[in-house]
Amino acid sequence: MRRAFNPTRIAIYLLLILFAAVFLLPIYVMLISSLKTFAEVQDLSRMWSLPSTFNIENFRSAWFGIPEKGLRGLGPNLINSVFLTVPATLISSFMGSLNGYILSKWKFRGSDVIFPLMLFGMFIPYQSTLIPLTQTLSAVGLGGTLWGLIIVHVIYGLPITTLIFRNYYAEVPNDLVEAGSIDGAGLLGIYWRIMFPLSLPGFVVVVIWQFTNIWNEFLFAVTILQKPELQPITVALQNLSGSQIKEWNVVMAGALLSALPTLLIYVLLGRFFIRGLLAGSVKG
Amino acid sequence: MKHKRRERWLGFLILLPSIILLGLFVYGFIAWTGIVSLSKWDGVTPDYTFAGLSWYKGLFTAAGGISHRRFVIDLWNTFFFTIFFLLICVVIGLLLAILLDQKVKGEGIFRTIYLFPMSLSFVVTGVVWQWIFAPGIASRPRGLNALFTQIGLENLTWKWYTSTDSIGPFHVALIPVIIAAAWQLIGYTMAMYLAGLRGVPEELREAARVDGATEVQIYRHVVLPLLSPITLSALIVLGHISLKIFDLVYTMTGKGTGFVTDVPGIFMFETTFRGNHYAQGAAISMVMLFMVALVIVPYLRYSLKREVEL
Repeated sequence: MRRAFNPTRIAIYLLLILFAAVFLLPIYVMLISSLKTFAEVQDLSRMWSLPSTFNIENFRSAWFGIPEKGLRGLGPNLINSVFLTVPATLISSFMGSLNGYILSKWKFRGSDVIFPLMLFGMFIPYQSTLIPLTQTLSAVGLGGTLWGLIIVHVIYGLPITTLIFRNYYAEVPNDLVEAGSIDGAGLLGIYWRIMFPLSLPGFVVVVIWQFTNIWNEFLFAVTILQKPELQPITVALQNLSGSQIKEWNVVMAGALLSALPTLLIYVLLGRFFIRGLLAGSVKG
Repeated sequence: MKHKRRERWLGFLILLPSIILLGLFVYGFIAWTGIVSLSKWDGVTPDYTFAGLSWYKGLFTAAGGISHRRFVIDLWNTFFFTIFFLLICVVIGLLLAILLDQKVKGEGIFRTIYLFPMSLSFVVTGVVWQWIFAPGIASRPRGLNALFTQIGLENLTWKWYTSTDSIGPFHVALIPVIIAAAWQLIGYTMAMYLAGLRGVPEELREAARVDGATEVQIYRHVVLPLLSPITLSALIVLGHISLKIFDLVYTMTGKGTGFVTDVPGIFMFETTFRGNHYAQGAAISMVMLFMVALVIVPYLRYSLKREVEL
């Protein structure tokens, strides 16, 4: 029982709680501001106080907008983000899985050179591709379209998805592949019957990682999509917060709405999220 | 394994689309951007007339006038942003990991709290911290200034990211931006260090304890040296993020008065897609690429070589 009174342990808990409070501070501010009326959010002396009313009107305004004040709603942009993120995530994950399988189990001459060259693509500042990118997308008729942005996310997602799957499949014993090929299964048969079923946890990690990254991405989206009605939520939120009429309560409600999908995934599936995080540092 | 030869070709064919796409979208586009940076393209219509290194000269020498002054400020800002951001992430991330490694109750809850900002977008982070650090005016303080005023700490109020003060080439307006970025990414270093700490064999610590080492000594002389590869990985990953940072600063403060919070990413975006100075934007992005490559290429070589040796 002496442990409970150990001053070192008390200090440890105090520090942990202090840091937790600092980390949660922005969420607190977002929540209380998003529940306040415009009059109350304007009262700066009450900025840190709890809302006097429980007002969910702001979430309605964030979704549908306030036409008479010229405020666009974020609802359509949230739906754009879904239509952007889901296909881009699924396609890049599936291609990454095939790539990782080949690069770990069917190495060919030169594959050890190709792999790091592919990986480099996930570290580059995308600014150094933006000008050719917009030119190329316009040239093939995909400029300013959601499909163009989906393709961009698939391609630039390939390095990280390939990396995570390659490291994942490297852990699968080669004996399983050998056994498959003795049974007469070819490269694709081994993938479908042995590797793919084995890699479902790997898929969860990669899908969560890609979903989070693509949902949160801003630079490609703001460069490629000019039309407000086509933009994903990150760009729309940035526009909303940058507009002249600053309805902070509505902006905060909008920020919460846009953060909700990835936040929910993180809280529910945090274990897999962390694995994706650690895998991103090349060695995994 | 005779029929394996055909299968290997099939493997190559499956990989081929990715190789072609990345070859074009990464290496082809970088080369293309390089060509644009050497051209006269300075308007809506492309103009690939060769202009030599004139755009680079404009950025790096006084001949560039305002562009040069802005770019120099950007490089200093990137330098200080990177240094302080890395320092905070490593020190606090390590501290939190060590604290969590003390068999504390509710470890999972604390870990979840420290790591959740990683799941948010830089845009959300920028919007919230912009509101928290918004200074207001002396008679109507906002954000943290309002809080400080209420609890009688008026001395702590200042202009945050709107300040144009500087200490040498360091613009103090960067401090709030660095705090916001660290808030978002401390969880990353914490998770890396925690995974590393869990990988340190208990026998090692036990052996040191038998030799009479205190817990602090065990950390200093046994555990921390084992974590240095993790520090390297964390520095590289966070370092390349900070060298190309854009979304967070663009949302939170923009370039700032007198470029106090400007970074190359913002300069590139604005001059290219808002000002149609394509060649100049291309030159800035090539400099950014060079800085990132300086960090990433040796790291990729190092970590892949180590993997082959294992």
